[in-house]
Amino acid sequence: MADEAVQLVDVTKRFSDEVVAVDSLNLTIGDGEFFSLLGPSGCGKTTTLRMIAGFEYPTEGSVRIHGHEMGLKPPNERPVNTVFQSYALFPHMTVFDNVAFGLEMKKVEKSDVESRVRRVLDQVQLGHRADAKPSQLSGGMQQRVALARALVNEPEVLLLDEPLGALDLKLRQNMQYELKDLQSRVGITFVYVTHDQEEALTMSDRIGVMSHGKLLQVGDPHDIYEAPRSRFVADFIGEINLLSGQVTAAGSARLGNGVEVGIPQGHPASGEVTLALRPERLAIHRTGEAIADGRNRMQATITRRTYFGDVYFYDVEAGFPEPLEVKEENRPDLGTHDVGDQVVVSWSVGAANLVSD
Amino acid sequence: MTQAPPRLDEEAPVTPELERAAERAESRRGFLIGLPAYAYLVLFFAIPLVLVFVYSFASRSSTGRTVLEDWNLDSYARLVDPLVLEIFVRSFVLALITTVVCLLVSYPFAYYIATRGPGVRNVLLILVMIPFWSNFLVRTYAWRVILGSDGIASQISQAFGGEELRVLFTPTAILIGLVYGFLPFMVLPLYAAIERLDWRLVEAARDLYADGFTAFRKVTLPLSMPGIVAGSILVFIPSLGAYVTPAILGGANTVLMGDYIVDQFLAARNWPFGSALSFAVMFVMLLATIFYFRAGAKTL
Amino acid sequence: MNEGTGPRGIVQRLLAANAVLVFIFLYAPILLLVVFSFNDNNNVSIWTEPSLRWYGEMFQNQDVMGALRNSLIVALLSTVVATVIGTALAISLERYRYRGRGTLDGLAYLPIIIPDVTMAVMLLIFFFQGFDLLQAWFGIRMTSGLHTIILAHIAFCISFVAVVVRARIAQFDSALEDAAADLYATRWQTFRKVTLPLIAPGVAGGALLSLTLSLDDVVVTQFVSGAGSTTLPVYVFGLVRRGVTPLINAVSVVMLVASMILVGISLGFQRGATTRGQRLADPAELEEDILGHPA
Repeated sequence: MADEAVQLVDVTKRFSDEVVAVDSLNLTIGDGEFFSLLGPSGCGKTTTLRMIAGFEYPTEGSVRIHGHEMGLKPPNERPVNTVFQSYALFPHMTVFDNVAFGLEMKKVEKSDVESRVRRVLDQVQLGHRADAKPSQLSGGMQQRVALARALVNEPEVLLLDEPLGALDLKLRQNMQYELKDLQSRVGITFVYVTHDQEEALTMSDRIGVMSHGKLLQVGDPHDIYEAPRSRFVADFIGEINLLSGQVTAAGSARLGNGVEVGIPQGHPASGEVTLALRPERLAIHRTGEAIADGRNRMQATITRRTYFGDVYFYDVEAGFPEPLEVKEENRPDLGTHDVGDQVVVSWSVGAANLVSD
Repeated sequence: MTQAPPRLDEEAPVTPELERAAERAESRRGFLIGLPAYAYLVLFFAIPLVLVFVYSFASRSSTGRTVLEDWNLDSYARLVDPLVLEIFVRSFVLALITTVVCLLVSYPFAYYIATRGPGVRNVLLILVMIPFWSNFLVRTYAWRVILGSDGIASQISQAFGGEELRVLFTPTAILIGLVYGFLPFMVLPLYAAIERLDWRLVEAARDLYADGFTAFRKVTLPLSMPGIVAGSILVFIPSLGAYVTPAILGGANTVLMGDYIVDQFLAARNWPFGSALSFAVMFVMLLATIFYFRAGAKTL
Repeated sequence: MNEGTGPRGIVQRLLAANAVLVFIFLYAPILLLVVFSFNDNNNVSIWTEPSLRWYGEMFQNQDVMGALRNSLIVALLSTVVATVIGTALAISLERYRYRGRGTLDGLAYLPIIIPDVTMAVMLLIFFFQGFDLLQAWFGIRMTSGLHTIILAHIAFCISFVAVVVRARIAQFDSALEDAAADLYATRWQTFRKVTLPLIAPGVAGGALLSLTLSLDDVVVTQFVSGAGSTTLPVYVFGLVRRGVTPLINAVSVVMLVASMILVGISLGFQRGATTRGQRLADPAELEEDILGHPA
C-alpha cells in the first residue's frame, strides 16, 4: 500500500456526452518516483493531473494517494501540491508571503513558518529575493518560487503542469537537471505533465504516453523510445520510419516495396505487421560495400540530404509511399552521399520494432 | 448493487451520480452568490418593466387616474398621431445628427490620440475622461450660460460686430448639448479600436502599393469598425432618450421624446400613454442597436 | 512607433488642430463656469469683479445644504449596497455556470442600455403600484422619500458595478484561485486572501462609478422622490429650468469639484494598484479600469 504514491483506478472524465477527456485510465505511480505524463495538447494529461490535485473530479473512478481514497475531497484537503504552468504566483504578495501561504493556511507556528520558508528559499537560491514581488523576478526565478511554494509544504506528491514551458531553451535545459537533482534530494514523488518528449526522456523514472484520453504505454524512457508498442507512441517520440508488410513465414515479412525482410519475434502468425525503425538505426552503404550478416537490406536512391551540423539526414527512396529517413553522424570516416546516388539501406533485424495501430 | 443516495463527503470512488451531485453543489453556490442581485433586479427592474407594459394597455378615469381595467390599445393608437410622430421624428433625426457629428469629430480625434507615444497618449486620454466623469447636469448648464441671449457666445459675436445670438431654446442648442454630453462615449471606444490596431497591416497595405488614403480606407477604417459601431450605439441611445439636455437647452417648440414622456407622468398625468411611449422608444432603440450590429458585422 | 505608416505632414497637422479644437470644446464651458462662479455680478455672464459672494450665499441656503446632505446620504448608501451586490453578481456570472445564468446576465445588462427616462417611468409605476398594494393587502402606508431614491439608485448602480468588476475578474488568471486551494485555503480564505485583493481596483472603480452615477442622476430621482426629499442635482435642475443665476454657478462648481475628486481618487487607485507603473503604460487597460468595458 505504502509503495503506491498515486493510484488511478478506472478513472474517466467526461466534460459532456461527446467530450471524453480521460478514458478508463489505470495507473500506479510508486513512492519517490519521477513520473511523466507525456502527450500532445488535448490528450488528457493535464485533466489527469487536475483530477489528482482535486481541481476536477472524475466522472467515474478512484483516485488514491498513499492508499487513501480522494473521492470528492477539495484540493485544500489533499496532501498534494501543484506547480502551475503559469506559476500562478500571487502578484500582490512578496516571494516570502507566496511561499509561506500554504503553511499559514495549515496554521503552522509563526516561527516555524519563518524558518521553513527561509530554508526552502535558500534551497532554490532565492533567499536574497524574499521581499521581492513576483513581477520583479525573471521567468526562471518565478519558476523556482513556484517550486519552493509547493515544496515547503512537504507534499506527499508534487504535481507539475508543464512547469518549464514558459522558459527559453537554455534555461529549460538547466532547469531539467535542477529539477531532477531536487527530486532525488527531497525524495518526493513527482508527477510531471509535459508535451516535450526530450524533457520526459531526460528526467523521468517512468513515462506514461497519452493520446485521446487513453494511456497508451507506460515504461521507463528506454522502453518508450526503443520499444514503442503502438504507431502513435513510435511517431510521437522522436523520428521514426513506419513500414507495413505481410507476414510470410515465422520471422519474416514482405514489405510494401516487395522486399522480404526478417522481423523480430512476437509477431502474429499471419496478416499485417508494422515495423518501426529509428533513422539512426539505418545504415547507408555504397553499392558493392560489404554488409554484415543478419541485416535486412534493400536497394535505394538518395533523394535529399539535409545538414544539421552534428548529423546528416537523408531522404531515401526505397519503393515505399514515403521516403525512408536515415540519420548518419557527421564523421569523416563515414563520408557523405549525394542526391541521386544508388545505395543499399540496411538494418539489423533486432533494431526494428513491431507496433500496433 | 444497492443504491444509496450520493453523499459528497464520502471518501469513496467517484461515480457519475457523485460527480453530478458535486457539480450541482457548485452550481448552487454560484447561483446563491448571484441571488441577491438576481432578486434585486427582478424586483426593481423586471417587475417594473412588466408593470409599464401592463399600464400601457390600461385606461384613464375622468380625473386622470390610471384604471387597471377596460384594457385597450388606445395609447398605442395615439402613437401615430401626427403630433406624436413629429416629436418622434424630431428626436430620431436629432439623435442621428448627434451620432454623425460625434463620429466625424471623434474619429480623427481618437486617431490622433491613439497614434501618440504612450506617455502623451495617457495624458490625453485622462483629459478626455475628466469631462466624462464630470456632472452631466453641470456640463449642460454651462451651455445654457454660454448660449443665453446675453451669454458669452452672444457677447463674443457682438464684440465682432455681429448680432445677438439666438441659439438657446433651438434644436441647434440641443444638438450642441447632446454632442457635448456624449462625445466621450464615442471617443473612448474608437480610441480602443484604433489603439488595438495592428499597424503592420497598414504597412502591408502600403507595401502592396496602396497610397496613404487608400490604406486608411481599405485597412484602418474597416478594422476600427467595432469601435464605430460601439460608439454609435453609445451615443445614439442616450441621445434618443435624452431628457435633461432638451429640458435645459430646448424650448417649447423643440419637445423631444424624453421630455414628452416625462410630461405624460409629471404634468399631463396620462400614465398609459406615457407607458406606451416608453415601450415605443425602447423598441426603436432595440431595432437601431440590431441594425448597427448587423451593419457592423457585415463590414467585418 | 508607427510614424512610418501614419499620415504625415498636412494630415498630421490637421489632426492636431482637430484635437486642439475638441479639447477647447470640452473644457471651455467648464472653465467659464468656474471663472464666472467667482463673479460678483447678479448676471451670470457679465464680469464685474472677483468675489466669493455666491459661495457665501450657497452655504447660507438651507435648501441647497439640505439637498446636498440628501445627495450624499443617497450616494453613499446606494454605492455601498450596489458595490457589494454588484461584486457578488460579477463573481457569480464570471466564475460559475448554472441554470438561469444567461437570464441573469441579460437582466444585469439591461439597466445599462435602457435610457434613464424609461427607468424612471418603470420605477415610478412600480413604487406607486407597490405602495397601493401594501396599503390594500397589509394596511401599511408608505410614501416616497429618500428610501425610494436609494432603492432606485441601487437598481441601476448594481449593473455598472458588475460590468467594471467583471472586466477585472476576466483579466485575472483563475489558476491563482486554484493555487490558493492547492495551498490548503478554504473557499472563503481564497476569496479573502487572493480574489478580493486582486479585484480590489475593479471594485473600487465600480464603487466610484456608482457614486458618480448616483450624484449625477436627475430623472430617476425626480420620479421617485417624495416631498422634501430632493437631491442636489434635482434641486439644481429645478432652478435651472426657471433661469440661470450665479448661485447655480457656485453650486455647479461644487458639484464639479466633487466629480474631480472622484476622478482623482480613481486615477490614484489605478496608480496604486500598479506595480511600477506598468498599468499606466497601457492606455487600453487604463481605459478599461476607468470606464469598464466600452459597450
